[in-house]
Amino acid sequence: MKRTIFSNQLLPWLLLAPQLIITFVFFLWPAGQAVRQSFLREDAFGTRTSFVGLENFARLWSSPEYLNSLQVTAVFAISVTVLSMGLSLLLAIAVDRMIRSTRVYTTLLVWPYAVAPAVAGILWWFIFNPTIGIMPYLLGGLGYDWNHISDKGDAMTLVVIASAWKQISYNFLFFLAGLQAIPASLREAAAIDGAGPVRRFFDITFPLLSPTTFFLLVVNIVYAMFDTFGVIDATTEGGPAQATNIMVYKVYFDGFVGQNLGSSAAQSVVLMGLVLVLTVIQFRYVEKKVAY
Amino acid sequence: MASITLNNLGKVYAGGARAVGGVNIDIADGEFLVLVGPSGCGKSTLLRMVAGLESISEGEVRIGDRVVNDVEPADRDIAMVFQNYALYPHMSVRQNLAYGLKNRGTPKAEIERRVGIASDILQIGPFLDRKPRALSGGQRQRVAMGRAIVREPAAFLFDEPLSNLDAKLRVAMRLEIKELQKRLRTTSIYVTHDQLEAMTLADRLVVLNGGRIEQIGTPLEVYRRPASAFVASFIGSPAMNLIDSAAVPHLAGSAHAGQIGIRPEDLTVTPDGPIQMRVLAVEELGAQRLVHGKTGDQRITITMASDADLSDDLRLSYRPNALHLFHRDTGKRLD
Repeated sequence: MKRTIFSNQLLPWLLLAPQLIITFVFFLWPAGQAVRQSFLREDAFGTRTSFVGLENFARLWSSPEYLNSLQVTAVFAISVTVLSMGLSLLLAIAVDRMIRSTRVYTTLLVWPYAVAPAVAGILWWFIFNPTIGIMPYLLGGLGYDWNHISDKGDAMTLVVIASAWKQISYNFLFFLAGLQAIPASLREAAAIDGAGPVRRFFDITFPLLSPTTFFLLVVNIVYAMFDTFGVIDATTEGGPAQATNIMVYKVYFDGFVGQNLGSSAAQSVVLMGLVLVLTVIQFRYVEKKVAY
Repeated sequence: MASITLNNLGKVYAGGARAVGGVNIDIADGEFLVLVGPSGCGKSTLLRMVAGLESISEGEVRIGDRVVNDVEPADRDIAMVFQNYALYPHMSVRQNLAYGLKNRGTPKAEIERRVGIASDILQIGPFLDRKPRALSGGQRQRVAMGRAIVREPAAFLFDEPLSNLDAKLRVAMRLEIKELQKRLRTTSIYVTHDQLEAMTLADRLVVLNGGRIEQIGTPLEVYRRPASAFVASFIGSPAMNLIDSAAVPHLAGSAHAGQIGIRPEDLTVTPDGPIQMRVLAVEELGAQRLVHGKTGDQRITITMASDADLSDDLRLSYRPNALHLFHRDTGKRLD
């Protein structure tokens, strides 16, 4: 680490100020507000605010809607993670085996990452629109009546596909880098040692890829739980009947649409706790390089 | 154990580039054959074709009496030691050794017996439960050899196995490999770019250049009668002096030769020698010194005892029969 000695005590603070101010105004202060808010309750007209202790939290645990949201979030996050990681691993293996045009494929596969979540949501909304979308038309030809506006399963499928699609690029890049970091001679040695392609993958490649896989696992869960707001908002808006109302969307909906600021704040605090746990896992295991 | 035959073997890549061509070698059962040449000469490609890691575009490879061109690497009954050892980093040394046997469905007791024997031979018993990253370079090298030994294959293939070791360890491991091969009598093909390694290890040497064989022979045959100017300059350290014959018209045979080769150790300083040398630089090696200089406009190097007298101008004479004559255009040996 390079050490710089400033003769002026004020200068280093001045140089740090822009970043510190941004961190404070956009992260620490709102987070503090959320924590404060989570202990308060406002009356319906916003004229009176009273301290209620942990009642907002207690109400969450007895609210069937919130418990439903927890369950929806779990299903959603696991599905998105499994789908996007599985597909991107397959794509990465395919590209890793290619000799020519690797760069072209890589570039094309990375494009979806440049699309904003809301735009991705709109895109899938059009593709799956029960009235004008191409997919319901095709599925209709196969005898399946697609309607994510009324069917809970269809709605969940749609948001999972739309969210996973966005994340495939990111996972793909990491998996490809991970695969390319495995020396070819290891696979060759395994081939001489009598392991077929499938066995080589499970005995050699996959274990050596485990640091990448674990890192992506955490990143994908975080993505699915917190970064998919745009996708949900643009496609299902949490519906139908709460079927896709994941926690982060419920925070927004209860707070800004339902105007129940106390409950919304309490939900944010719960989410903050989750992020904290995931971050700790990330630092404890990933930074220390899981693996071999 | 088996003999290996390379029959008119060649490799042409998809783009049309030729890596290897017209290679014919018969490797006897139990023989230690070394492929030596500068980088890019096709020696590794050749080895990988024998291993089955590289497809064969021309000719055939026989192991024993079986043509193995289309046989999977696993079914060729060979074991390979890689330059970077290619030990499975997530497996213990024991698992590394056992992996090839396990994949072939060898019974547990038999695996244990063979791993035991290999670890005794290579003295890696104390590390059996460690991971490769906890081992030193020399120990990893041993484990890589152990992985080959436990398989009891028909042939060992070595791809520059010592080039990642430091100089001292390389000399020690070189001797170990030699002793091990003599003891196991397993047919071996060894690839290296280090001519000293090649000379010391080989029963027979194959010198490759530009994907073609320059010469095949025992180390001493190749050293004493290099078949071409390339071999002459590649085998032996310090390298043989190659002098344009026009610069030394008074030497025997120079009239019809293109290049005259004289090994540095065949030149001695004598007051009335026929070759004149202007000294430019001196390298002390301890017992000996290397003296670099010029005769006319031709570079020349000699070795002399480090306590011998040295002056700026020397006269050199050469041992009789020490001149090697090479053709001007083809570089081939003339006599």
